[in-house]
Amino acid sequence: MLISYKWLKDYVDIEDITPEEIADRLTTGGVEVDALYRRAEPIEGCVVGYVTEAEKHPDADNLNICQVDQGAETVQIICGADNVAAGQKVVVAKPGTVLPGGMEIKATEIRGQESNGMICSLQELGVEAKLVPKHVAEGIFVFDENPDTGSDAVKALGWDDTVMDLDITPNRADCLNILGVAYEVAAQLDRAVQLPVTSVKESEKSASAAVNVKIENGEDTPYYGARIAENIQVKPSPYWMQNRLMAAGIRPISNVVDITNYVLLEYGQPLHAFDFDAFGSDEVLVRRAFEDEEIQTLDGNKHHLSTEHLVVTNGTKPTALAGVMGGEHSEVSDQTTNILLEAALFHPSLIRQASKDTRIRSDASVRYERGLDTERVEQAADRAAHLFAEYAGASVLQGIEQEDHREPGGRWVRVSDRRINQLLGMELSGSEMVRILERLGFQTADKETSSIEVYIPSRRPDIHIEEDVAEEIARMHGYQDIPSTLPKGATTAGSLTAEQKRKRTVRRFLESAGLSEAVTYSLTTASSASRFTLYPEKYTMEVSMPMSEDRRVLRQSLIPQLLEGVSYNRNRQTKDIALFEMGSVFLSEEANAAVQPEERIMLAAVVSGRWESHLWQGETKNTDFYVMKGIAEGILEELHVESRASFTLAERSDMHPGRTADIQLDGTTVGYVGQIHPTTAGDWDIAETYALQVDLTSLLQAVETPVRYQTLPRFPSTTRDIAIVVDESVPAAEVKEVIESAGGSTLYSTSLFDVYQGENLTPGKKSLAFTLVYLDPERTLTDEEVSSAHDQVLRMLEEKTGAELRQ
Amino acid sequence: MIERLEELQQEALQQIEEAGDTKQLEQVRVKYLGKKGPITEVLRGMGQLSKEERPVVGQKGNEVREAIQERLEKKTKTLADEALKEKLEKETLDVTLPGRKVQRGAKHPLTSVVEEIEDIFIGMGFEVTEGPEVETDYYNFEAMNLPKDHPARDMQDSFYVSSDLLLRTQTSPVQARSMERHHGEGPVKIICPGKVYRRDDDDATHSHQFMQIEGLMVDENIRMSDLKGVLETFVKKYFGEEREIRLRPSYFPFTEPSAELDVSCGICAGEGCRICKHTGWIEVLGCGMVHPRVLEMSGFDPDVYSGFAFGMGVERFSLLKYGIDDIRHFYTNDMRFLKQFTRV
Ligand SMILES: [Zn+2]
Repeated sequence: MLISYKWLKDYVDIEDITPEEIADRLTTGGVEVDALYRRAEPIEGCVVGYVTEAEKHPDADNLNICQVDQGAETVQIICGADNVAAGQKVVVAKPGTVLPGGMEIKATEIRGQESNGMICSLQELGVEAKLVPKHVAEGIFVFDENPDTGSDAVKALGWDDTVMDLDITPNRADCLNILGVAYEVAAQLDRAVQLPVTSVKESEKSASAAVNVKIENGEDTPYYGARIAENIQVKPSPYWMQNRLMAAGIRPISNVVDITNYVLLEYGQPLHAFDFDAFGSDEVLVRRAFEDEEIQTLDGNKHHLSTEHLVVTNGTKPTALAGVMGGEHSEVSDQTTNILLEAALFHPSLIRQASKDTRIRSDASVRYERGLDTERVEQAADRAAHLFAEYAGASVLQGIEQEDHREPGGRWVRVSDRRINQLLGMELSGSEMVRILERLGFQTADKETSSIEVYIPSRRPDIHIEEDVAEEIARMHGYQDIPSTLPKGATTAGSLTAEQKRKRTVRRFLESAGLSEAVTYSLTTASSASRFTLYPEKYTMEVSMPMSEDRRVLRQSLIPQLLEGVSYNRNRQTKDIALFEMGSVFLSEEANAAVQPEERIMLAAVVSGRWESHLWQGETKNTDFYVMKGIAEGILEELHVESRASFTLAERSDMHPGRTADIQLDGTTVGYVGQIHPTTAGDWDIAETYALQVDLTSLLQAVETPVRYQTLPRFPSTTRDIAIVVDESVPAAEVKEVIESAGGSTLYSTSLFDVYQGENLTPGKKSLAFTLVYLDPERTLTDEEVSSAHDQVLRMLEEKTGAELRQ
Repeated sequence: MIERLEELQQEALQQIEEAGDTKQLEQVRVKYLGKKGPITEVLRGMGQLSKEERPVVGQKGNEVREAIQERLEKKTKTLADEALKEKLEKETLDVTLPGRKVQRGAKHPLTSVVEEIEDIFIGMGFEVTEGPEVETDYYNFEAMNLPKDHPARDMQDSFYVSSDLLLRTQTSPVQARSMERHHGEGPVKIICPGKVYRRDDDDATHSHQFMQIEGLMVDENIRMSDLKGVLETFVKKYFGEEREIRLRPSYFPFTEPSAELDVSCGICAGEGCRICKHTGWIEVLGCGMVHPRVLEMSGFDPDVYSGFAFGMGVERFSLLKYGIDDIRHFYTNDMRFLKQFTRV
């Protein structure tokens, strides 16, 4: 909302207070002023000129040679505008002036004629093209009044003004008009509000005789009033009015339209002027639209309506989409002589619906949606009538023809000063509170011992309960006066839950392992949402009105967007990439589900490029399957579930068939690790990349009591190495399992230390070497005991895996 | 004989002194102390001596042996020291060459902010609570005092997935869910971090997905001054002891009274600069006293309980903390960006 300081001054005495101070008071009071614009700034140095002569340039038809009196001197100016003429008062930019577009005015010669300045159009003076009235858009600006020749143009234009840009919160719709802001400023300064003049000399003929208003449903339309103005002369409105509209960001059109807009800005009450002759009847019927009823609004667009929409009709045909926009058919034109002025209240949600469906957001609809002061409608109609008479030569018919279903707009709220103090943590006296409420213009009734009755006027529909009143008191008193205290209640111990702590532990582990955390979007394309998912049997969920195809479906897997991250980095010459992400995926039980999806936290990582690199020593190691597996094992260890996990070769779409392992926990698949299939990597235009994805929700639930101390062995251990040859298809994990089960209770640990294939071995065979440690915590093992256990291991290996002892 | 022994000692010591390596030294040892050495030979002739002379010469012999032995050991050590010194000199490295880098990943600058804020509030007795990202209209809006027709719903154009489900537009629904779990009994002291979604076009200052942290405290006799005190404590811990706060009236449907919290600008210390748009203050979060309707809907009696709530944008806190200029950096996962946060 743009508020002109000078306009505001009409309603509250702020002569002694600068716009900056007003802005500061408003902002600290909760009506935020986003910015201040000094209107004079762009055109400092321009003066009012009087065109004494204007004749055609002898060598150029489209130019005029003008003699312009600037008070102290008369100079010659060449002007290209068609509308320049002798006798006009105009705005002159003197040589040396820099206009808003950056153009510096210089004394020059145009086609052999000297030119000492420029006669300006509104655009040249910095008015946005969309705000410039059509009738002056093509030429220079000409004053309609008679400012002093040579005087400061800023003043003559009424631009010695500052415009405040207010950011109005949804509850303060009352500040979407100047009077509302005036009430706010008046309350802040403890001053009175001066209301606009609404008196109008009416003709004998009554409006009710000319038109009949009917409302179909009093809930949809609590009030509809019509004023009739006859013998109107449609022409441009006076410049001062146009100027105020432009300052508020509204383009002047004609006196009739400008007056409705002016009153809208003044009172916040939308008004609409119909051409009464084009209206087509002497009956106004406000009703729901019929299914598929058509209306052509005055922006030229056709709309198909439904029973969700409200229309103003002439008894048969819609003439306006109520509260949103008038119909083209009854639009006021230059030929209009009689008008029907609508001042009405419509239900906010109907207007919101219509505005949404027709995609029209008008100054009227915005205000209707947020709710109006229900007791201001007639005043606004009277104010417009007053202005019609004054500036459009109208003769206004007597009274307002209306139908009225309004409930009272104001309300009494009972508050307790003790409770308000308790809520705020302040110690204000009851009379201080009353004093503040009076400044706000809220009437208070006899203060009982502990409560105050407050009358909230209809202009403040946001205040209903004690807490609302408490806020008014606090903000008028000043939030800075609320003390800082700490809650008095019992102290509580805060902490992370065990799961939250573990999530942090896993993050720290991955970071110290060299992976950086990534955060990607939950919304992705339909094609990648379920790629790489651990739950292919679940359905995806998509948003009803996506902003783009790229952000359409909720992800079921974190990997696709991490691959996008890999690709993004590669395109920026970063080849060594190690990322992980922890985030939710969304799993639906059925297609197009209307119930909340299951949200599970996934942990995924992608690594590509070099894993270790120590350049000057010539040592680099590329990421491989085992790097990624090591990370997976580390995660399992961090969560104390490594002993219950196993890895098995798995086939998964988009993954390398020979280099992917499913991770099982107690036999259930909880994730996988492996190389991205080269074809898939090609889709993302990335090099060899490894990935892992685990269901962290499952892992976190599986975690049991972590570390228990185990007594350190007091007796020496015995170490034996074995090297065996097996078929290359026998998994190392299987061999290890055989060793562990055969080794008996004295086998303390088994670790693989060599894998070999190639020379000296039969093709299709591989050699595995393990170190076995034997230990009894109670005593020293004899050589014979160790040998007997070890022989058993060898026997079982031979039997179960076909292993041969390697020499 | 005594003279002969002294002569031998002199000779041996001389040769020890001249020995250049351990081998020569060994030769000297064998030559003089060996079983066939001259000292042994001299002592063998002791039988010819008188009973009185014998112990004297014997002792002299021992002394000579010991002196030679001692000198030998000393010389051995000297030689070893020299050899070691030489060896170590040969092992000298160029210590200016770079060390072997320990690979470290980075904390995401959003995570580090979330964790820091969590820790501050945990220190004040709060717990961390999370909730679903696909929410029902009821929890996201209605339980937050935003009925279907409420004008404030326009403030946050939402991604609906069905008529009743949407991607949550705020973390506030976790408030309602947590309060319900408390069955009308306080205190409730929680903070709720999480992702939220709004229909904004992604640009330098907007993102359709972003992170919020919501805080809630409900107990008997909670006052707005407590809100101010708790947030002041938080701000001083997070931004620094020298920073000041101010509350400005504002509007949120789920709080009444409502406020914006500004922190004095850390760049200009309140003097006014580009960062604070010349106001000296930076807006950091929204807060207020929990609306009685919200308490009531979540099962708390507003006549007994009151509370405060606050909500902040994690991106904004991160932008302010690290001076990041474009919100999109948080989501593109450029390694050059992320790696800058290895040490936070
Ligand atoms: Zn600053």
